Amino acid sequence: MNKKNKNNFTNDQLLKFYEKMFLIRKFEEKAAQLYGAGKIGGFCHLYIGQEAVVIGILSSINSEDTVITAYRDHGHILARGVDPKLVMSELTGRKDGISKGKGGSMHMFSKANRFYGGHGIVGAQVPLGVGIGFAHKYRNEKKISRVYLGDGAMSNGQVFEAFNLASLWELPVLFIIENNKYGMGTSIGRSAAGGELFERATVFGIKGEKVDGMNFFNVSESAIRAREYIEKNSKPYIIEMDTYRFRGHSMSDPGLYRTKDEVNKMKEIDPVLMMKETLLNDYKIQEDTIKDIESDIKKQIKDVEKFSLESPLPDLKELYTEVYL
Amino acid sequence: MKILLPALSPTMETGNLVKWLVKEGDIVVSGDILAEIETDKATMELESPDDGKVEKILVKEGTENISVNTEIALLKVDGEEIEEIPEKPIEKSLQVSSNGSDPLTTEVNISMNSLLNQTKENSGEKNWSEKEISMREALNQAIEEEMKLDKDVFLLGEEVAEYDGAYKVTQGLLDKFGSKRVLDTPISEHGFTGLAIGAAMAGLKPICEFMTFNFSMQAIDQIVNSAAKSLYMSGGEINVPIVFRGPNGAAARVGAQHSQCFISWFSHIPGLIVIAPSNARDAKGLLKSSIRNPNPVIFLEHELLYKEKTNVPEENDFLIPIGKGNLIKDGKDVTIIGFSMTVQRILNALPSIEKLGISPDIIDLRSIKPLDEELIYKSVKKTNRVVIVEDGFGSTSFGSHLSYLIQSNCFDFLDSEIIKVSGKDVPMPYAENLEKLALPNTDEIISAVKKVSYIN
Repeated sequence: MNKKNKNNFTNDQLLKFYEKMFLIRKFEEKAAQLYGAGKIGGFCHLYIGQEAVVIGILSSINSEDTVITAYRDHGHILARGVDPKLVMSELTGRKDGISKGKGGSMHMFSKANRFYGGHGIVGAQVPLGVGIGFAHKYRNEKKISRVYLGDGAMSNGQVFEAFNLASLWELPVLFIIENNKYGMGTSIGRSAAGGELFERATVFGIKGEKVDGMNFFNVSESAIRAREYIEKNSKPYIIEMDTYRFRGHSMSDPGLYRTKDEVNKMKEIDPVLMMKETLLNDYKIQEDTIKDIESDIKKQIKDVEKFSLESPLPDLKELYTEVYL
Repeated sequence: MKILLPALSPTMETGNLVKWLVKEGDIVVSGDILAEIETDKATMELESPDDGKVEKILVKEGTENISVNTEIALLKVDGEEIEEIPEKPIEKSLQVSSNGSDPLTTEVNISMNSLLNQTKENSGEKNWSEKEISMREALNQAIEEEMKLDKDVFLLGEEVAEYDGAYKVTQGLLDKFGSKRVLDTPISEHGFTGLAIGAAMAGLKPICEFMTFNFSMQAIDQIVNSAAKSLYMSGGEINVPIVFRGPNGAAARVGAQHSQCFISWFSHIPGLIVIAPSNARDAKGLLKSSIRNPNPVIFLEHELLYKEKTNVPEENDFLIPIGKGNLIKDGKDVTIIGFSMTVQRILNALPSIEKLGISPDIIDLRSIKPLDEELIYKSVKKTNRVVIVEDGFGSTSFGSHLSYLIQSNCFDFLDSEIIKVSGKDVPMPYAENLEKLALPNTDEIISAVKKVSYIN
């Protein structure tokens, strides 16, 4: 067994994970392009650079487990298996969008895929996710609520209230900090006092760890360890992912707060490329196999683009629907 | 030294003497517990104010409705002349007016109960088996019945469980449903409100109590951005079946940060339902409807109304539909619109209004959002004159919006300007006289009615 694959994934499983990472990368590159062409409006927060986090966590998820995140959510909803056509059509604000064009980039949900959004207020998804964990426990469901938050949210008050409640009421919640080093344009060093971010949860009795979030295998291993801990102890757990976004905070971010050198240096540990190299070198997977997967994804993205641009705008009567049930 | 029944809460007017822990002739020191007193909120211990001998017990244990400041015992303190002892101890079940001594309700000689009985007769409602209970008990019944009917309903908030509720609304529910369904939270409104909304997104039906709605401001982001908007921005995928409830508005001299009406705030938000009942019957029927409703509901109670009683059906299928106002008095000359506590204020003014020869329509809105526009416009088209009474600040208020709606829908029917009697645009003052001045009062309502009727 390869020492980098402590979780005994088969080559086929690993290729599936790679396929998802590559899909997210290509989807986001297309989104950037469509944004530049004026086809996507408003805010558009890309996940490029952080793919190993969501797919590593995915490798530990039971299909019934629930997920909630903030506004950088395209990668997350794709990872949960929602059709990329519906996601891209939401970005283009069309009738076929997953939220019927009424949510936009930051507000996408799918109950069928156990994905609870898609929330635009920094930190707000954390108490919500703890509440979803509360519902799992209340109904004696063997599910874990996975709650993603950024490094910026780790200085937001309600997050600590949520940590306290999750630990006090022993709720099945996995908190995942995606520490990409910048809350918008403010570096973590200029916003967070003290030591490691995850340690802020440990004072509430929540166990946790910090992990290299650029490496799928490390993320996966830690996510599975977390799942086992939560299942065994019926208590929350926290993982801080050391990661990086290669693009700006949103599309309108000039990126003046960090140097090109820094970004280029981080690109040397591009999570998608590293995963590919590991599959080629350590798992001896044929290059052609990977190329086939990649070319299928590229084709799929073309279809996604076409679909998202051909889907009509929402009917005007949609303005007043779904305010109340 | 006279031992008087003390006021043990801001709204306490009477108390019950549950038990004497001393007897005549006992020697006590300052701080010894003399008796247990039950207030509108809790059972409290009465301490001896000084060292001395219990000379005389003037009110027997078990006596109910004793007014604050009633002499209940005499204490012989060294160096103090014993005061004159009344002839006979006061007997059990001392009768105090059922309206208490509340300055806001003593003036009422038209009871809410009789008005409700009339409106029931007019609307031909089914014959319920009814019992006269307080709004506090009515709310408690509504929660209990709905929790029995649906295991997805649970209750959380500060002091709702072991303490029995800061205002006793949730009394006894912990014993009936256990700590899995009745949960005391830490003082973290932002966190537990978000948690409750998340649980609702996952399909549960939380009743989230705010000890008072003043504290809901800590959680306003979760209410507005998460609860109210999720259904819309998810294209109908995620609904949030939750009830936020608790006392709203000014109670009695609890100061600026604890005395504010939030009706204008919440009714501004698309996606929220806003309810503000004025009596026990409506409170029960509307809270049950709110718990069953698939949308987020802001259920605004009023602390001063908790003790007020009306006949309330005991059947668990008794519901009052959301969005229906109640014409509690049918008149012809002017439409007076209120909700929650302001209905009481309008009723206080009613005898004087009738003395002027004016017969008003009085509408209790009950639901603020959705609003029973049909009922309002029908009345206005009949009376051609409108007075709106609201406790909240007048600036940018719900009442302002309501007068806009009326003028735009009934423009040709109005014979006068619309007058709005609102709370004054100042933080609530503490001093008794200033607080009274800050809230809409009887004289202002009468003046408004006179003005729209062109009576000098």
